[in-house]
Amino acid sequence: MVYHAGCYDVAVIGAGHAGCEAALASARMGLKTVAFTINMDNIAMMPCNPAVGGPAKGHLVREVDALGGQIGINTDKTFIQMRMLNTGKGPAVHALRAQCDKKHYQKEMKLTLEIQENLDVKQAEVVEILVEGEKVAGVVTKTGAVFMCRAVVVTTGVYLKGRIIIGEVNYSGGPNGMFPANELSKSLIDLGFKLGRFKTGTPARVDRRSIDFSKMKEQPGNIKIIPFSFTSEHIEREQVSCWLTYTTEETHKIIQDNLHRSPLYTGNIEGIGPRYCPSIETKVVRFKDKPSHQVFIEPEGRDTNEMYVQGLSTSLPEDVQIKMYRSVPGMERVEIMRPGYAIEYDYVIPTQLKANLETKSIKGLFMAGQINGTSGYEEAAAQGIIAGINAALYIKDQEPLILDRSQAYIGVLIDDLITKGTDEPYRMLTSRAEYRLLLRQDNADLRLTEIGYKLGLISPERYKKFEKKRKMIEEEIRRLMEIKITPSKENQEILKKLGTSPLKTPVALFELLKRPELEYENLEELDPERLLLPEDVVEQVKIQIKYHGYIKRQMEQAKQYKKMEKKKIPENINYDEIRGLRNEAREKLKEIRPTSIGQASRISGVNPADISILIIYLEQIKRKNKEREENGE
Amino acid sequence: MNLEDTIAAISTPLGEGGIGIVRISGRDSIKIAAKIFKSPTHKDITKQKSHTIHYGKVIDPENNKVIDEVLLMMMRAPRTYTREDIVEINCHGGIVPLKKVLETVLKNGARLAEPGEFTKRAFLNGRIDLSQAEAVIDLIRSKTEVGLDIGLNQLQGSLSGEIKELDRELLEVIASIEASIDFPEHDIEHITVEKVREKVERVLDKINELLETADTGKILKEGLKTIIVGKPNVGKSSLLNALLREQRAIVTDVPGTTRDIIEEYINIKGIPLKIIDTAGIRETEDMVEKIGVERTKELFRQADLLLIVLDASDRFTEEDELLTKLVNDKKAIVLINKTDLPQRLDEDVVRKTFSNKKIIKISVKENIGLDRLKEEIAEMFFKGKIESRDLTIITNLRHKEALRNAKESLEKAMETIELGMPLDCIAIDVTGARNRLGEITGDTVSEDVLDQIFTQFCIGK
Repeated sequence: MVYHAGCYDVAVIGAGHAGCEAALASARMGLKTVAFTINMDNIAMMPCNPAVGGPAKGHLVREVDALGGQIGINTDKTFIQMRMLNTGKGPAVHALRAQCDKKHYQKEMKLTLEIQENLDVKQAEVVEILVEGEKVAGVVTKTGAVFMCRAVVVTTGVYLKGRIIIGEVNYSGGPNGMFPANELSKSLIDLGFKLGRFKTGTPARVDRRSIDFSKMKEQPGNIKIIPFSFTSEHIEREQVSCWLTYTTEETHKIIQDNLHRSPLYTGNIEGIGPRYCPSIETKVVRFKDKPSHQVFIEPEGRDTNEMYVQGLSTSLPEDVQIKMYRSVPGMERVEIMRPGYAIEYDYVIPTQLKANLETKSIKGLFMAGQINGTSGYEEAAAQGIIAGINAALYIKDQEPLILDRSQAYIGVLIDDLITKGTDEPYRMLTSRAEYRLLLRQDNADLRLTEIGYKLGLISPERYKKFEKKRKMIEEEIRRLMEIKITPSKENQEILKKLGTSPLKTPVALFELLKRPELEYENLEELDPERLLLPEDVVEQVKIQIKYHGYIKRQMEQAKQYKKMEKKKIPENINYDEIRGLRNEAREKLKEIRPTSIGQASRISGVNPADISILIIYLEQIKRKNKEREENGE
Repeated sequence: MNLEDTIAAISTPLGEGGIGIVRISGRDSIKIAAKIFKSPTHKDITKQKSHTIHYGKVIDPENNKVIDEVLLMMMRAPRTYTREDIVEINCHGGIVPLKKVLETVLKNGARLAEPGEFTKRAFLNGRIDLSQAEAVIDLIRSKTEVGLDIGLNQLQGSLSGEIKELDRELLEVIASIEASIDFPEHDIEHITVEKVREKVERVLDKINELLETADTGKILKEGLKTIIVGKPNVGKSSLLNALLREQRAIVTDVPGTTRDIIEEYINIKGIPLKIIDTAGIRETEDMVEKIGVERTKELFRQADLLLIVLDASDRFTEEDELLTKLVNDKKAIVLINKTDLPQRLDEDVVRKTFSNKKIIKISVKENIGLDRLKEEIAEMFFKGKIESRDLTIITNLRHKEALRNAKESLEKAMETIELGMPLDCIAIDVTGARNRLGEITGDTVSEDVLDQIFTQFCIGK
């Protein structure tokens, strides 16, 4: 029985990390939005470890935050440990990593959704997407409710035809004991989409009481807490520790002896798993010579005894899991509460999307998160907010928001997905970004707050505060450029004391600060007029001066890149008409349909000569059109 | 793909005559020309009128050495072929200085033009009519195809082999840095700045070495690799000498008197030929017997051209027969020598055996037929029957340009290391160096880094 259940502007299918951001962005931009979840109790669930951030991922979180998203704020509310990683390796790769309280994280996010104006959250499994002509028209739930809407954002994570595999056992299911979504795949296929199959997995959760922590190394959080969100003020919070132990020869022997029962080697798993998240059995097989592997024991929350076992992700049979876990020092008597498992799921080949995350074939249909072949909460959230924003802009009939590779990791992520596709669940890495010295986590607000504000996702108060910060940074840098330090006797004495070479001619403080051995804080004596500035302002000033030469060079490169991005390819281009393209290039161009020459040049299989030919063809078209105009046609 | 930088290339076919033109086009072409050009009256090129010709010398500004005596033509935009500022340098000293002039231009701020790029710019700048667009496309396509072909062949060659090796070493450095940055919590071997310095220094040394050898002529002198083959005492050395017009090899009537390894460069109608006389095998021993069929084949395989010498005064022997099998699919010219002596060779057999080869009757002693031989070589070259070496030379230039740019990037990386800057700053220039080398090897830089990380390190939660 089918019934009409209501009308919305935007319907979001799924309320994981992508779905939450999409729904919030759309609602906050004033659109009437509905979000569907298979289970209201599992909004913003973190089925793997409750960790947010890390290199590149932490960058994504800050970018989402600067655009007015929720993941950063929600993490700050619920983390139980916070660390800054990579502090010795340069400012561009500093990375925040938080351990969250899993249930608390969900509760906070659920409440945020519930109290959001313009947003309704409903428990329902969407089984069909309705399309009229080439536009999205609505969704149908399993119980027969038809919701009419103008845009749909699909954020189904790993639920599409989810299959759980534990050793010889496998069954249809979603993550963490949830139901899968078995029907929506068919609707997507019927709509003409090509799907692929990926796999991921998670380790067992174990009982805190059964662990002997005295045999492990404690990993406390940083004493000084740096929050994710640019809106978070100073946070003081008691933190919990994680614990480090190692696998033993015995562990590896148990795995080797039972490999024949592993679904990875029996052929029971078809989906392709991520290389950066291999199961322990894969690690033992691939790196035979490595005598032991790290195992981190991480609490899942403050008020639970469940502990996550990072490093021992597995889909071996349950009895083997128990044996194997018990071979690890400190885990001799461990009790497993939830077994580890592998999960296979359908994803949509992401080259079928445009840069605004709308599908190329159906207007108003957007996709974000793991359904696009990515992995990770942060990657999901990043796509979620962009899809939500663009769904809203689509309905408002405004230009889409497309961040480019020199603006944000989000831009790198989406451009990679839609231009190159992915052979494995895609994870963001700093090495994927060409201009990473520009895309720092510390300056995400400087890069993106303005955009978030214009979209209506950043409040005027927050924007005003941000403007003030930006101005202070600019003024301080200008001031440091103008102050000249003369080679006077006192000054030379001070410099000598600081362990740096004396001056020959007067030099701006700005230049002096570029010397690696000198720090802003130490030069107070030379700079008596200095104002007391907020910490985040000083940090920006320091980074912008110290790395000035490098940043300038990357900006130069980024400028070149942007020029090629600006050379647009008309949407209706007919690649069959272009003589001289190689067949491989022609097929690829037809498949990806790049929007610019820059994007075209990043497609594998399209070489520089093909690009030259494309440029000449575009010039030909331009001149022909001009001739036509001149002839008054 | 950049349409704003300044490009340069040799714009005349190589090999013919002594004159060639290096063309520079783009915003900085006049500025670059001014850096490398000295006129006897110390004219400032940048102040000269458009469309004027100036006499002078091209010098290398690094060491003030004169490279060639030239005529320099200066044309300002927009009345030029590309509608950009163009400088054309007419060189007179033949192929070696011509190439050297181009290199000097490249070192001073120009980039080597892509195939068909001048014409492409001419079109995009509105100089060429719409109706000719198709022709422009054809030009780019065809030039690239040939270039690509040779480029790929070159990848098996030594210089590209070395470049690939360097690229692999840098890849390891980058993968180590990136793994350390992207997976800080893993117990992988985290690379130290000291280690990076060591590796970058080593690669830098190798690049310098390569650039030096490239400069001292190994590549400069490269011409058509030609091998003279034939059974003992058939007159191979005499032929070589006749072509060289100097008596370097000792020639007698006794078989087996060629003692030195002979490798000579000669110029036939402007085409550089590098002649190898049976790789220094003493003639008393049969070449095939001495080094084996496989190695002979290998030697022949490397050759661009074979000159097969037969003896008109002798029967067609088994030795001759064996050679035919080895040279079957090679570019070759068959020479019947000693036609001044009474003939015992059955020409029909020769014609049948070498049905697809040009056969020329000569007498080295009487200087008969040598002109025809030279004409034939020239014709084969210009009709593209022999792999066209001007493209090879350009390929080599590309390799050198890539090496030079990579060197610059690595020097910057070293500076960064000396300054005590962190890993991610160092990574920028090391990656930059790989990007430049990647232009030669054709590898996509970012994807291999990930592959390398996952091969080299055990990573995962």
